[in-house]
Amino acid sequence: MGGESTKVISKEVLWGGGQSPFSVSYGKMMMWYFLVSDALTFGGLLTAYGFVRASSTDPWPIGEQAFRSLPFIEGEYPLIYVALMTFILIVSSVTMVLAVEAGHRNDKSGVVKWLGLTIIGGFFFLGSQAWEWSHYIHGSGGSFLLNESVEVTSDDGQTFSLNKGDAVYMDHHFGHLAEPWIEGEPEVSLVESDHGVKLVELGAHPHEVELHSLTLNKYINNESHVSGDDAMKLWNARSESFSFGANMHVNEYASQQAYANFFFFITGFHGFHVFSGVVINIIIFIMAYRGVFERRKHYEMVEKIGLYWHFVDLVWVFVFTFFYLI
Amino acid sequence: MERDDLIVNDSYALNAHHSEEEGAKIRRNTWKVTGILTLLTTIEVIMGIYFKRSEAFSWTMIKWTFIILTLVKAAYIVLVFMHLGDERGNLKKAVLAPYMLFIAYLLFIAITEGFGHLGNFNAFH
Repeated sequence: MGGESTKVISKEVLWGGGQSPFSVSYGKMMMWYFLVSDALTFGGLLTAYGFVRASSTDPWPIGEQAFRSLPFIEGEYPLIYVALMTFILIVSSVTMVLAVEAGHRNDKSGVVKWLGLTIIGGFFFLGSQAWEWSHYIHGSGGSFLLNESVEVTSDDGQTFSLNKGDAVYMDHHFGHLAEPWIEGEPEVSLVESDHGVKLVELGAHPHEVELHSLTLNKYINNESHVSGDDAMKLWNARSESFSFGANMHVNEYASQQAYANFFFFITGFHGFHVFSGVVINIIIFIMAYRGVFERRKHYEMVEKIGLYWHFVDLVWVFVFTFFYLI
Repeated sequence: MERDDLIVNDSYALNAHHSEEEGAKIRRNTWKVTGILTLLTTIEVIMGIYFKRSEAFSWTMIKWTFIILTLVKAAYIVLVFMHLGDERGNLKKAVLAPYMLFIAYLLFIAITEGFGHLGNFNAFH
C-alpha cells in the first residue's frame, strides 16, 4: 500500500485549497486530534501517579506482590493475570487491523468476521477487568494494625522489631472468617485454647479455621511469614483496626490511600474507554453487516474506530508498565 | 451538513484501497508485529517476576529497560497498527509534536522539582 507518505504532491497544490493538505478526510483527522488530547489526559494521570508515588513517605505497594492471583486456581502467579489481560487486548487490536485491511479490499464478510472477533476480545478484556476489580476490592485475607511494639522471628529466621501501627496480614482462609467476626456476626466466634486461636462458623456451612501463620511486608518487598508462638504474639498485640480489601477510604494494600485511589481511577478510566470502544465497535459492526459501507463504497468508518481501538490498546501498554511493572 | 465521507468527486484523496496481493503482504506484516509485541510483553513479565527490587542501582536499570521496551511497543502500535507510518509527514508531525513538548515539559519539571528527594534518597525508591 505505502499509503499517503509515498505520494508526491507539489506544495502549491497541497496548500492551494480544495483538498485536505493532510490527505485524510475531516473525520479521520479529527479522530487523530481527539486521540492526541485523550492521550494527554492519560499522560496527566500517569504523571500524577509518578509524582505522588515519588513524594510519598509511606511504603508503596509493588505490582508483582499486589497482583498475583488467578481466578479458580489457588497459589501465587505474580503478574500472570495482568499479562493475560495485555495479551487479550493485543490480540483484539490485531483482529481490528485485519478488519481495516479487509475494508480496504471492500471485503464485507472479512470486515464482519474480524470486527466480530474484536468485539469478543473487548468483552473478554472487560470481564477480566471486572474480576480484577472484584478481587482487588475483596482483598486476599485482610490486615490488622498492631497496638503495641512486638519482636518476632519469621519462619526463615529473620528478626523483626515491629512498632505500634505496623500492618500484619492474615491468609485468605482466616481472613475470610475474620471479616464477619469483626463485623459482629453472631454465627462466627473466636475460640482460644492452649494450642492457639481458631475462628468457628456455625450456621448453614459450619466450619473452623485455625490461625496458622501471619505475613509481614506482604505488598511492599520480600514478604515474611510468621507462625507458631510468634504468630500468637502478633495476634495478641492486634488493635481494633482491621481492613479487608480496598474501598475509597481504607485499603489493606498500603497505609496511604493514594495507591488504591490511583488504581481505581486509572484502570477505571481505561476500562470506561474499552467499554465505549466496544459499544462503538458494535454499532459499526451492525452498519457493516447491513451493508451501509458497501453502498458507500469504502470502509473508512472501520478505519476511524480502529484508530480509537488501537489507542485503547496503546494506553494499556503504558498503564501496564507504569502501574504494574515499575 | 455536507458529509465528507461520501465520495462525490475527488475533493479529498481516498486511495486507501488495495489489491489482494498487497493485502496478503499487509497481513504478513501484521502477524510479524503481533509476534514482536507478544515477545516484548513476555520479556517484561519475566523481568517483572524475576528481578527483585533490593538493589537501587540494578532496579534503576530494569526500570529504564521497562520504559524503553514500552516505547518500542508503542511505536509499533502507532506506526503499524494505526498506520501513522503510512500517512503524510505533516500529519505525523501534527500528532507527534505535542508529545515532544509534553516530554520536554515533564523532563523539565522532574529535573527542577525532583532534586528534593536527594536529601533522603533511601526513602523514595
